[in-house]
Amino acid sequence: MNGSGKTPKRDYLDEVRKLWYKFSLNKMSVVGLGIVALVLIVSVFQPLVAPYPTHIGAVVDFKNANRGPCADYWLGTDTVGRDIMSRIFYAYRGAFTMGLGVLAATVPLGSVLGMMAGYWKGRWFSTFIMRMTDIFLALPPMILALCVCSILRPTLFNSLLAMCVAWWPWYTRLAFGMTTSLRNEMYVKSAELLGASKPHILFREILPNCTGSILTKATLDMGWVILTGATLSFVGLGEQPPLPALGTMVSDGAKYLPAQWWLSIFPALAIMIIVLGFNLMGDGVKDMLSGEE
Amino acid sequence: MLKKILTKIGVYLLVLLGLSILVFIIARVIPGDPARQALGPRVSEETVQNLRREMNLDKPLVTQYLYWLKGAVYLDLGNSLQTRRPVITDIRQYLPATLEIVLLSALFMIIGGILLGIVSTKYTGKWLDGVIRVLSYLGIVSPSFLWAVLFMLLFGYLFPVLPTTGRISQSMAAPSRIITGMYTIDYLLQGNIAGYLDAIRHIILPAVALMLGGMAQAARLTRGNMVENYLKDYIQAEQAYGVTENRLLFKYLLKPSLIPTITVMAMDIAAIFGNAFLVENIFNYPGLSRYGLSAMLNKDINAISGVVMILGLVFIVLNILSDLIVAWLDPRVRLMGGSEE
Repeated sequence: MNGSGKTPKRDYLDEVRKLWYKFSLNKMSVVGLGIVALVLIVSVFQPLVAPYPTHIGAVVDFKNANRGPCADYWLGTDTVGRDIMSRIFYAYRGAFTMGLGVLAATVPLGSVLGMMAGYWKGRWFSTFIMRMTDIFLALPPMILALCVCSILRPTLFNSLLAMCVAWWPWYTRLAFGMTTSLRNEMYVKSAELLGASKPHILFREILPNCTGSILTKATLDMGWVILTGATLSFVGLGEQPPLPALGTMVSDGAKYLPAQWWLSIFPALAIMIIVLGFNLMGDGVKDMLSGEE
Repeated sequence: MLKKILTKIGVYLLVLLGLSILVFIIARVIPGDPARQALGPRVSEETVQNLRREMNLDKPLVTQYLYWLKGAVYLDLGNSLQTRRPVITDIRQYLPATLEIVLLSALFMIIGGILLGIVSTKYTGKWLDGVIRVLSYLGIVSPSFLWAVLFMLLFGYLFPVLPTTGRISQSMAAPSRIITGMYTIDYLLQGNIAGYLDAIRHIILPAVALMLGGMAQAARLTRGNMVENYLKDYIQAEQAYGVTENRLLFKYLLKPSLIPTITVMAMDIAAIFGNAFLVENIFNYPGLSRYGLSAMLNKDINAISGVVMILGLVFIVLNILSDLIVAWLDPRVRLMGGSEE
């Protein structure tokens, strides 16, 4: 940082090892990481690992329709004979796209807005930004996303967009809270006295101290974004048929309860598994970045 | 203290005003002509123009907003495209049904969450604590529509002990006089015990499906805070004085540990309102959320704005309530006017 240009070269391998040690202290977070990695692999390599990779589209195979879980179709087939497992694998792609897309857009934007509002607290635009977040936070994110989604054409991209509208204020509020307490720290004051530029203070002095909390929240939020995305697709706002979406599969399958229970129960479990994975992993990330030795 | 509360209420009113602008903007960017949509395709262009003038659609956006706001203040939210009735009439009819479910759900959530948290703390590290923690994880990661579908399967088909559709059984007459609009309370006020039981039986499943996630979260938070506070000096001092374990738990440990939980629970209750959008639909329950969802799917602008404004209002009331409860619980806030935000 300032004036200490001659710090000894950091041993990155050692740091990674230290971080991994802290992460793996809690065995459940390793399980979470495993779940997320596994799901990521099956969704990315869906054409290779799925037993019937073509069943994601408008394929019809009435001979094998409505079959329960069996050796050929581990999770059964739907009303037109498509393999549920292959469809779930593909639907995970949409879930990941949703999660990564929403967070990639909202985390940087929300955090920078929050840091600026926090650093210049008291100025008119800080007040303006924070009042805006209050307004957006006055509705449950799902309702806001539903609202925005309902006026757009139902596509995966549009539901992603709607989720972004609902999600950024959470990061703004988090970064705002942290920055308002950090801006009076000695090292920030010294940087100011030394005449450091505002971007330097914001991004080199304040931001590194916020990344832990922001990353932790982002990991946990992956789960929530996927869950909310599934909720949107449950009412038909998301990836459109014939392509599969987790929520759509649950709502379509619910019509055939209880006889064809596998139609809705397996996609429902699929949602639970991925959200659980990110939650467990988030706890590990929290331990890893909390800064306690 | 009073001044602080009044300032807060002022800020919340500003938020509500901002929300109304947001809703108005969302409602107006929808492609298509609201007047044409309201009248249908078979009406002459002249009639549409007349309605446009009547609805002030020919004026600039800001003027339109002011007209809309003036209407909203006088509870005139326009007509719904679907029901062809004033939106406020629809809301009056559907809101009590949803309130009924949400209130019961919130009650279950608060009691269940705090109790589970206490039990979990008392048996920290024992098997009961482990079971509660695993269950609360499951509760947190499952969306409420999933519970609703599961309950349909369980109670609708496998063990048909509770009804899974509607507000009351078909054989049951609606309350003879609508007083609050909440059937359970109306039946009770009229001394109709059979009706009361029937209405309660109908709202139990949706209410439970809605609250499981929130309850799990409340339990986890309560446990986390209690375990953290347990290590504080004042608790060790109480222990040294020989205060019994239960007294310690309830009197000294619970109160400070509840403060963060309450703020989160207020948000959870708002989330219950949100999730009711799906759960009411699954249980075919005629409430505001089902009305709102169908309004959204059918682009019924006036109804969407009305429902969203009501939800915003509910959220603000919840926030004020949770602020008051926290102030009451936390002597630092109560006596010194609160810490700097």
